[in-house]
Amino acid sequence: MQAAAFDFKQNFFQLFGLSESYQLDSTALEQHYRMLQSQVHPDKSAHLSEAEQRVSMQLSTRVNEAYQTLRSPIARARYLLTLHGVDTQEETNTAMPVEFLMQQMEWREAIEEAKLAKDSSALEQLEMRLQHEMHELQQQLAVKIDQERDYPLAAGMVRKLRFMEKLAEEIGSAFDVIDN
Amino acid sequence: MALLQISEPGMSTAPHQHRLAVGIDLGTTNSLVAVVRNSISMVLNDADGSALLPSVVRYLADGNVQVGYPAQALQSDDPVNTIVSVKRFMGRGLADIGDVSNLPYRFANVAATGSGQAPGMVQLRTVAGVKSPVEVSAEILKVLRVRAEAALGGELVGAVITVPAYFDDAQRQATKDAAKLAGLNVLRLLNEPTAAAIAYGLDNAAEGVYAVYDLGGGTFDISILRLSQGVFEVLATNGNSALGGDDFDHRIYCWLLEKNNLSALGAQDTRLLLTHARAVKEQLSDYPEARITAILSAGDVIDTTLTRQDFYDMTQTLLAHTMQPMRRALRDAGLTVSDIKGVVMVGGSTRMPQVQRAVGEFFKQTPLTNLDPDKVVALGAAIQANVLAGNRQDDDWLLLDVIPLSLGLETMGGLTEKVIPRNSTIPTARAQEFTTFKDGQTAMGIHVVQGERELVSDCRSLARFELRGIPSMVAGAARIRVTFQVDADGLLNVSAREMSSGVEAAITVKPSYGLSDAEITRMLEDSNQFAQDDMKARALREQQVEAKQLLEAVQNALQQDGAALLGKEEQERIAGSMAALRETLQATDHLALKRAIANLNEATVAFAQARMDSNVAHALSGRKLSELES
Repeated sequence: MQAAAFDFKQNFFQLFGLSESYQLDSTALEQHYRMLQSQVHPDKSAHLSEAEQRVSMQLSTRVNEAYQTLRSPIARARYLLTLHGVDTQEETNTAMPVEFLMQQMEWREAIEEAKLAKDSSALEQLEMRLQHEMHELQQQLAVKIDQERDYPLAAGMVRKLRFMEKLAEEIGSAFDVIDN
Repeated sequence: MALLQISEPGMSTAPHQHRLAVGIDLGTTNSLVAVVRNSISMVLNDADGSALLPSVVRYLADGNVQVGYPAQALQSDDPVNTIVSVKRFMGRGLADIGDVSNLPYRFANVAATGSGQAPGMVQLRTVAGVKSPVEVSAEILKVLRVRAEAALGGELVGAVITVPAYFDDAQRQATKDAAKLAGLNVLRLLNEPTAAAIAYGLDNAAEGVYAVYDLGGGTFDISILRLSQGVFEVLATNGNSALGGDDFDHRIYCWLLEKNNLSALGAQDTRLLLTHARAVKEQLSDYPEARITAILSAGDVIDTTLTRQDFYDMTQTLLAHTMQPMRRALRDAGLTVSDIKGVVMVGGSTRMPQVQRAVGEFFKQTPLTNLDPDKVVALGAAIQANVLAGNRQDDDWLLLDVIPLSLGLETMGGLTEKVIPRNSTIPTARAQEFTTFKDGQTAMGIHVVQGERELVSDCRSLARFELRGIPSMVAGAARIRVTFQVDADGLLNVSAREMSSGVEAAITVKPSYGLSDAEITRMLEDSNQFAQDDMKARALREQQVEAKQLLEAVQNALQQDGAALLGKEEQERIAGSMAALRETLQATDHLALKRAIANLNEATVAFAQARMDSNVAHALSGRKLSELES
């Protein structure tokens, strides 16, 4: 696999010299990220003119954005689907299977309960269970995108993952509340 | 110069010489300046051989200013005009400081900086007039600049100034303003725990995940970093920018009041007892008990003994306040205590045995205390300054830092919409689109906030501005894109643009507490440190040098890549800007010269970008990943 050149027209996968798939070599991603930053980071141009520093900041910002996107399973899936012309419609399409929504309600109640009871071990349990479920869904997502190439169905899974990500954020803030 | 120095090695346009750059730790209690000499980072001492400069500034009626030990010696005699721990006021309004009854200062009323804006930074009324914390900090920085220039024998090209990692945008901006006011070119604002990690990591060739626990005089930071093959990657940071050694002093002070049935002391007695409290605290690091004797202004005699155990008990809650950020930082980094290979202790307050014990218990390991907790931050900043000044371009270490607090916007109902989450690696940018909610709406208010809370009123308000000139449309038709850009100093710029109509309206804001460039210029002119003419002459000289270097660089770049990368029209535009700059170079107007330089810079931005792209492409193409894995 050839390492890609830096070009604003390149997509994030090309930027890191990776093939456009959901499954990715995270070690290669990380190493390529470090190599790119060691060239374009503003610290490398701090002694140069303002204009050069500005260019450096733009490039470094772009590399960070690309890295954050590819590193996160949900952001990576969303980005891949966009490349294939499929909008995940996370803001607009809230039509979800009733069963899934019921589960969401149950999760929320459990988190709220643990928060009120200041029960951090219950929260930890919930967090572990949630991570497990997200992981399973991500594996299904990999099959849908990389093998079956069923992007509309994959978009639905991303929407589900976004719901679950919000739950994870709620668990995080519940920990903060308990900690206060 | 807009054109990157990507010509062949040895063809650099700048003369090959060591550029003088320093690292400055602008601390709550003490400040230091350090420099790299012969590849070794060292702290610069004053004429008396002292490395620490107490961060104390005293204003005198005759306009003179005392900084450091002379000011510290008189803090109890002249408490109103002697400002200690000014760092706690940086970028802070009166409401932020809370209980001011224990502070011996006279705070001035501060007018709001604009309509609808919160009042600005606190101001202190002194015998020499009203002073802002920025001006007070600048006095400290000036002393360090003069110390460094004397020791190094030349003007500094710049400085790296450290700030607590948990400093928000307003506090960072205030620090940068203070440095400018002190005549320093700020190469970078560097987070204190990160600076410490550089000094520790490079010294010990450390690899793995480390925690830096930094408890200073007035601020607390916890940073989790991964050190790997010369990359210092901050995974998460947390803290409290209003918690430090001062608060431990204050607990002792309150205990003294209670013990001696005292209430409502005057400014002098307050400062006297606080000074004694600090001395007792320091003694208790070495002895099981310490005695305090003092005579108050009304003649009351204080003679009390404090035991270590009592001190531990009264400061338990303060220590607990450092544990919560530690748990959060670990959570944000997705790590547990067992992942932490070492805990680096930074800041004078980590000398307290109860702090070391609590940190050791939390991380289940003995913290690393073999560094000088007062100096390690300045030493790390000096190493960074040396690299940023361009003295070691081939250096292969890299620093990846984060923003400590989420940045967001106010949406309907006073709720915060996070745009950039905390612990995002910087520099970073994020755009969000909004729309109008009324038919024919032509303006939109944009309120920028920083913090983790859901309600805007619980977050820090950074700036408010209005985007005007939105074309009249039905509600929901306009597309207003708000872009947040955080630079490598952790400073935010926000711009807004109406996208749908092709009509562009953009504005860039600085935080409410930041000084405008005009204000900085005014303060500089007011300052008796620089005579105006000197400033102009100096500015002219600097601009002349920059103009010549720029012309040469552009010339070289054009010869190399001009034909390949530029169209005829663009070449002509650059040639025109070059001619204009050459002409202005003959005159003595430094502002005109600055404009001409800016014009040429502007004209060559796209060219520089194209050269950078082709350079990086050249550097990377043909290399295989396996080769890059070294």
